[in-house]
Amino acid sequence: MKEQLQKDFDNIIKNLSLSQKDIEVKRFYLDNFIDRGFPNRREEDWKFSDLNQIIKKNIGELSFYSDYTSTNKVDTSVFVDGLEHNKIVFINGRIEKIDFNYEKKNQIEIIDQSETINEFSNNNSLSDLNNAFTNKSFKILVKNGYQLQKPLIIYHTTNSKIWSKNINLRLDFELGKDSSLRLIDLFSDTSEKNFLNIFYNFNLKENAVLKNYKVDKLENKNIKYSYNNIEQDKNSISETFILSSGSNFFKNEINCNLNGEYSSAFVNGILSLNNFKHHEIRTIVNHLTENTKSYQLIKSVLENSSKAAYQGKIFVNSKAQKTDGYQLSKAILLNKDSEFNAKPELEIYADDVKCSHGSASGSLNEDSIFYLMSRGLNYQQSRELLINGFLLDVVEKITDSEIKNLIKNMIGIKE
Amino acid sequence: MDQRQKEIDNLKDYKYGFSTDIESTKAPKGLSEEVIKFISNIKKEPKWMLDFRLKAFERFKLLKEPDWQKPKYPKIDYQDLYYYSAPKSMDDKPKSLDELDPKLLETYKKLGIPLQEQARLNGIAVDAVFDSVSVATTFREELSKLGIIFCPISEAIQNHPELVKKYLGSVIPTTDHFFATLNSAVFTDGSFAYIPEGVRCPMELSTYFRINASNTGQFERTLIVADKGSYVSYLEGCTAPMRDENQLHAANVELIALDDAEIKYSTVQNWYPGDKDGKGGIYNFVTKRGLCKGKNSKISWTQVETGSAITWKYPSCILKGDNSVGEFYSIAITNNHQKADTGTKMIHLGKNTKSKIISKGISAGFSDMTYRGLVDISSKASNSNNYTQCDSLLMGNKCGAHTVPYIKNKNSESNIAHEATTSKISEEQLHYCQQRGLSAEEAVGLIVNGFCKEVLQQLPMEFAVEAQKLVGISLEGSVG
Repeated sequence: MKEQLQKDFDNIIKNLSLSQKDIEVKRFYLDNFIDRGFPNRREEDWKFSDLNQIIKKNIGELSFYSDYTSTNKVDTSVFVDGLEHNKIVFINGRIEKIDFNYEKKNQIEIIDQSETINEFSNNNSLSDLNNAFTNKSFKILVKNGYQLQKPLIIYHTTNSKIWSKNINLRLDFELGKDSSLRLIDLFSDTSEKNFLNIFYNFNLKENAVLKNYKVDKLENKNIKYSYNNIEQDKNSISETFILSSGSNFFKNEINCNLNGEYSSAFVNGILSLNNFKHHEIRTIVNHLTENTKSYQLIKSVLENSSKAAYQGKIFVNSKAQKTDGYQLSKAILLNKDSEFNAKPELEIYADDVKCSHGSASGSLNEDSIFYLMSRGLNYQQSRELLINGFLLDVVEKITDSEIKNLIKNMIGIKE
Repeated sequence: MDQRQKEIDNLKDYKYGFSTDIESTKAPKGLSEEVIKFISNIKKEPKWMLDFRLKAFERFKLLKEPDWQKPKYPKIDYQDLYYYSAPKSMDDKPKSLDELDPKLLETYKKLGIPLQEQARLNGIAVDAVFDSVSVATTFREELSKLGIIFCPISEAIQNHPELVKKYLGSVIPTTDHFFATLNSAVFTDGSFAYIPEGVRCPMELSTYFRINASNTGQFERTLIVADKGSYVSYLEGCTAPMRDENQLHAANVELIALDDAEIKYSTVQNWYPGDKDGKGGIYNFVTKRGLCKGKNSKISWTQVETGSAITWKYPSCILKGDNSVGEFYSIAITNNHQKADTGTKMIHLGKNTKSKIISKGISAGFSDMTYRGLVDISSKASNSNNYTQCDSLLMGNKCGAHTVPYIKNKNSESNIAHEATTSKISEEQLHYCQQRGLSAEEAVGLIVNGFCKEVLQQLPMEFAVEAQKLVGISLEGSVG
């Protein structure tokens, strides 16, 4: 893999006009990555999902260079109907379209950061990989006091032109004072056996509101890793919803720093898996100052030898009195070979706090099925009804009704 | 005078902090094959036992000291320790208590464990371990009438080699982790108990561990085997003198429950915790593991952890037999600069196995406490259940309380439920108690005792009273 990395790296550098110093920085990260390789189970954070093994087994040899000189045709059929929205379209890792047609032009600034280095670190080797290989990156700045009229949908599309490729993406968002953004990440893949490595950074100023919905619904054979870093100032609110279902492997990481008083973070997730899929959600909420709040709810339904993991951590430092932290994960194992692993973690250094977590996993309640069947439903219907209700709980947590309906339709949950 | 006053003040905090001035026989300093041969020789061990030790030592040389735990400690120099220390008077084994060194008898009397016949605690058989040897075991004759073997493990190696050979290392193999392997190589003494088929042990068996010599590591080994349909309740207590340096205590405890047997193991751990500034104290790195080998067997761990500078242990249950049950009840209290990283492992292998974990952590002062646990239900363990509850109480914002559970479920017919909360003593509760005339400290004591009640109830009578007091004492000075 080392030669491949070196070669692909040189190819990328050739196409970018970077200063010598920036190249040095990128090379530093490349060396770091070569040193560490893909994360494996010996690292505590990857205990339940050995990415190194997963890539080896599902992809084999990866290549890290993609030719971004020619444009891809945007397939409009993937666009969401019936909801007016702004768009960013990635096709095979290349940004094809940035479109904020519904918004006031002077309130949103799009800054091309491709030619500068903004380093990203989350202390696993995938951030090194991303630092070394990202070739285009943008910063989206929402001005003070501006609230976007329409949601922004980011389409992550891949097609059969790519095979065994590693794609590195990065976006940086800054939400000014009193601004708000609704953001939907939509994954649709027709490609196979690629590894997507996505890093987002959000910077929320005072009173800003971010709602991020990540939807990975369509069946595909890709391996994905996504990392959201959210910095929150006073009174800001972040809401993250994850639907993790379609890809072969998907690990979503949310790192949330509550830096300002009265800021709050909400993370809700659904892992709905079948056919040997393996997904993980890992959340870290850092309560760093007084009067902050966090709430997490993760539910999993596992069928046919699938495997899900949830690692959640609430950290409260000694300054963060009056913290309210809550975390709940529930899983239903439908099939004998399915597996659920959890590591809900509390690390607390302040005494005037209210923190709790709960985790439960088990089979569908036979009594409930009996109850429904005795009222005339057949086994299959009863089962579906129960699972529906189980997952609906999480979808109902979505605070935006427009998007809630969209997601309900997408996953076919009925009320 | 000043010096003396200081000593008295110190003793008030930790009343077991005195040391006994006694001449002792020690192994040469350091860890080597020679030292292991020395220990084996002085204990007149058969060859298979020496081989067991040397095999463990070979393995030990390959292992690296773990460093993933939360409480960090300065590196231990394993060559700067004595691995064997025994009172000189024990060189020729005294035949009866009358021949035992009066100083030793005095020590145990001071600790509240009188060994003489007339003063013995009723209903409790005690094996008293002093540094590296067992000095006395009470009620042996009464027990042997029922076929129960209760003796120091070094005697069991001589007298019951078939039992020891069969079970020693069957739960904690010589190839286990760093400290367990070290123990397998150099363990000195400890207790052995065997309860024959169908016997319900009529009294509590108990071991009292005392570290006296300085610069000595204590490595004891306890092995308890409950044969088919038997029952035993076992107690363990420990104290040590106050010394400025840290001392290592790395024990191995193995429990084996065969078909329909039940073992109840209770610990009140009160090693010297170090002084107010965190100087000195015992490193308590213990491996405790129980194997529910037979059908319908049950192992239950109860622990009250109030002492030690660092406590690092996870009493575990391997639920191998179908319908077996594992339980873990724990109170851990840390104050001043104490640190604890403790919890349990419940490994479900058999069908219809059940486990229950109740853990209560209280941290005060500058201390740090972690609950770390594993619940693993394997794919064959159909219809198994686990329930875990761990609550932490924080006093002050200089201390920490952490919960790190690992939960693995590989069986769709099995259920796991886990709950954890962290909070402080509510102002309303305090106010209510104070309003009715309790001082702040008494009020906290009362509330904490209520918080721990679920676990304290699991302890045998005599222990429960003691533990309740201990909980109060450990938290003294942490309010206000």
